[in-house]
Order: sequence, then structure tokens, then C-alpha cells
Amino acid sequence: MEHLTIIFTNEATYRLITIVMLSIFLGIELISNVPSVLHTPLMSGANAIHGVVIIGAIIVMGKAGPSDYLALALGFMAVILGTLNVVGGFVVTDRMLEMFSKKKKSA
Amino acid sequence: MSQSLLLLSYLIGSITFILGLRMLSKPESARRGNMIAAAGMSIAILATIFLYINPENHEHLHNYLWIFGGLIVGTILGTYAARTVKMTAMPEMVSLFNGMGGACAMLISVVEFQSDGVPPLIKMLVIVLGAMIGTVSFVGSMIAWGKLNGRIKDRTIPGAQIINFILFAGIATLAILVVGGYVEAPAYYFYGLLMLAAIYGALFVMPIGGADMPVVISLLNSFTGVAAAFGGFLYNNPVMLTGGILVGSAGTILTMLMCKAMNRSLKNVLIGSFGGQKAAAAGAPKEKGTYKEIPINDAAVLMAYAQKVMIVPGYGLAVAQAQHTCHQLETMLAEKGVEVYYGIHPVAGRMPGHMNVLLAEANVPYEKLLEMEDANDLMSSINVVLILGANDVVNPAAKDNPASPIYGMPILEVEKAEHVIVNKRSMNRGYADIENDLFSRPKTSMLFGDAKSVLADLIAELKLL
Repeated sequence: MEHLTIIFTNEATYRLITIVMLSIFLGIELISNVPSVLHTPLMSGANAIHGVVIIGAIIVMGKAGPSDYLALALGFMAVILGTLNVVGGFVVTDRMLEMFSKKKKSA
Repeated sequence: MSQSLLLLSYLIGSITFILGLRMLSKPESARRGNMIAAAGMSIAILATIFLYINPENHEHLHNYLWIFGGLIVGTILGTYAARTVKMTAMPEMVSLFNGMGGACAMLISVVEFQSDGVPPLIKMLVIVLGAMIGTVSFVGSMIAWGKLNGRIKDRTIPGAQIINFILFAGIATLAILVVGGYVEAPAYYFYGLLMLAAIYGALFVMPIGGADMPVVISLLNSFTGVAAAFGGFLYNNPVMLTGGILVGSAGTILTMLMCKAMNRSLKNVLIGSFGGQKAAAAGAPKEKGTYKEIPINDAAVLMAYAQKVMIVPGYGLAVAQAQHTCHQLETMLAEKGVEVYYGIHPVAGRMPGHMNVLLAEANVPYEKLLEMEDANDLMSSINVVLILGANDVVNPAAKDNPASPIYGMPILEVEKAEHVIVNKRSMNRGYADIENDLFSRPKTSMLFGDAKSVLADLIAELKLL
């Protein structure tokens, strides 16, 4: 109960939970009625978007002290992995979609 | 001032993610949607690097050399991998990138766990959950990647459900111990928990059949989204939160849509794998029917003098990289006055949309690709259906054998056409590992061999006519 009150009395936490609730419903609304040809590109695009976790990696890296080698090493790895997720994800999605659009124009 | 700019950038980021997902779900705007989301992401990343202020000591971020070093290395590797990957290997690539995101979320949690001081309960909970889900997603995606490129074989583990249950209970217990602060040295428990989560991730994906892999990747995709959202909680960061949760919920819906396209329930995919005991029970007692082969020149003649030909591509076409040869055959037939169509099953290949992407690469005109409903409407007017390495998506058992594990899945009803020519490498079963009666039906004749060489032979024969 005590922890529950923290959620509702702490304004920041409460705001975050509101965002979560709204985002869940928004995500569901956005995706309904997708033609099946777009399932794979959509999954791939969504995959790139969760690469936003890179921001956490940048924060970890950026606030690590100069002698905190563990945070530096792991943070550096995390930045690389997160970038791979973001860049690779968007580029692969673009490659998939490029083929659709090219065909449509010439058709 | 810089704080407001940062929040404005995050707001822009969140909006582009929403717009991007919306546009990605419509064919005409999909590509722009992807670019918009990418632009928003870049803004959010750059704003974080230059404007973020650490709430603990009110300093800007430092270690710019490391940050940009990591960004550059990741960008070069990611672009290279995404640009050079073959069209057939796209699904694996998505899985691999997804795993990277999961690992990233896990590492963030590990660093935060290691940082000084005992974090308050809610923060600890967020760290543990982020690390746990990130790990499951990372390991699961790597296994899915390995399975799709053939490095890891399907394996049913006896008693897997019990093992998974024990693992799950173990993970939950350790999580409670760590989060509740009930133990002296939480680090051991924390890393033990990650270990169990890794095993769980592996066992979760291991027994799932290759045909169901897209569904699993989509599910793991939404897991990573949730892991990213926990990062958002950790840093009180709205863009991580919206991005992560949007992918989490949209990904879950997408997973269910994919299941629906295959007429499978998610529970079925996760528990009873296609290749498992059920399929054996349905397939084993049936005898292998007899089939007849057709000589290559007869097949060429049959198609050359047909009015309408429908090509039904499947994974075999993708494996043989035969899409260009296939397009060549199609144009040759068209020159001879044959109307050629492609009948595309939504889940042909290894991913929904796989065939569209593949054939588009070979410059097959978009309007020749018929979706399943349209193809079936046209089927009774088709003279020859040429099936190239497709199997389960044309299996009549889905319509007439209630005992079959794929019963109820919509299929391309090729039997309504006059002739059916099936190109396969052998009489082996398809990915769902079930018998296909189609091959022994009277209308069907078989043309064995690798799709690319068979198509090349057909073209050579057509030139002689």
C-alpha cells in the first residue's frame, strides 16, 4: 500500500504511468488493419523504433566517471549495440519498402 | 533553456514514432513513414547528447569521444549489414537487430545496478525488469537468428513446459529477493537471475518450428520495446517510454495479426510447435501417395500453349535465388501471348510479404502479384499453375482434413485450375513437416530439382518452341 501511494503522490511517476497507458492504446489503434504484405516491413520499422533504448545507453556512457571502467566499457558496448539496432533497423526497412515503391511508380 | 529544447526534441521524437507507425501500415506512405521515424530518432539522439543534464549533479554529459566512437562504429556496421544482406536473409537480420536492442537494454540495467548506493525500491524494480526482459529478448532473438539461417536445428526438449515453469518460478523468486532487498549481496542473485533469463529465452525459442519464426520474432520485438520502456522509467525519459511502449503494444497486435494470417493461435505457436508431436500423429499413419513426374519439355509445351498461367512461389524460390530466372520465364511466356500471374499467399516463404519483396527485387510488375483472395477468384480460369518451392500454403489438408495441424489455414486453391505442376527439390515435407496430398492428386505432376535450374531448363525448352 505504501508503494502504491508513492506512485500516485509522486507526480513524475504518475505522469509516466499515464503516458504508458495512453501509448498502449495508441499502439493498438495504429496497427489495426494492416495488409499482410506490410507485416514484415512494419515489424522491421517497429524494431528500429525500439532502438530508442540507445538514449539510455548514451546517458549511461555520458555520465560515467573517468575511472569507472565498468560503466565506460559496458556503456560503450551498449551504444554500439543500440546504434546497430537503430541504423540497421531503419536501413533494412527502407530496403524492403524501396522495392514496393519503385514497382508502383513504373507500373 | 536547454532543458526545454531537450523536452521539445523528445516530443518531436514521440510524434514522429506515432506518425511513422501509422504511415508504415499503409503501402503508399510506408517508406516515408520509416524515414520520418528515423529523422525523429536522430533528433532525439542528438538532443540527448548535447542537451541532457544529469539530474544528480546538474552537469552535461561527457565522454563525447566514446559516445561518438560507439555511434560511428554502430552506424558503419549496421549500414553495411543492412545494405549487403540478401533479400532471403531479411528475417534473420531483423531478428539480429532486435537482439542488439535487447542486449543494449540489458547492459544499461547492469550498469545502473552496479552504480553506487542502494536504489529505491521502484528504481530497483525497473532495473531488474529491464535487465530480465532485455536478456530474454537478446538470447531469444539470437536463437531465432541461428534457426532461420540454419545454424541451429529445431529441437523439442522433453518436459520443456515443466523446465520453463521451474525457470520462471526461479526468476520470479530471485527478482523478489533482489528488488525487496531481502539479501545481503544482491549482485549474485541479480546475475543469477540474468543467467536464468538467458536460459529461459533460449528454451522459449528453441522448440518453435521455422514456419512460426516470424511470429516469435515479432513477439520478441515487442519484448524489446517493453525493455526500452523500462529504460524510459529509469531515466524519466518520455521518448524512450513512448517509443518502447508503442512498439510493445503495436508489436503484440502485429504478432496476433500474423497468427491470424496463418490461422494459428498464439498459444498454439508457443506451446505446440508445428514440428512437434501433433504433426507426427496427424502425418504418420497416412501412406505416402504415388505421384507422377512430368518431363521438362512437356511442362514447357503445356505452359507455352496455355492461356493463363499462375506462378505460386514459396520458400524454394527464395532459397534457390531464382526470382530473376522466374521473371525471365514470365516475360517469355508473355511474349508468347500467355497471361501470367503470381499467386501470393500472405505467409509464403519465411515471413509475411517475403515473396512480394523477393519478386519486386526481380522487377516483376506489382500488378501481376495477386493476393490470395484475388488469386483464388481467378483460379478456375487458370490453365496451368506452376508451384515453385511452395508446400504448406497449397496443402489441401488445410481445407479437408480436420486432423491436420494446419486445418483451417486459408490456402491457395490450386486444384481449381486445370493442371498443377509442382517444382520441389524432393518429396520431403514442407516446413510445417506434414504430408501434402496435393502431390499425389490426379491433376498434379511433379518437376523435381532446384527451382533456378528447373526454370532455366524451362526457358531453354521454350526457346526451342
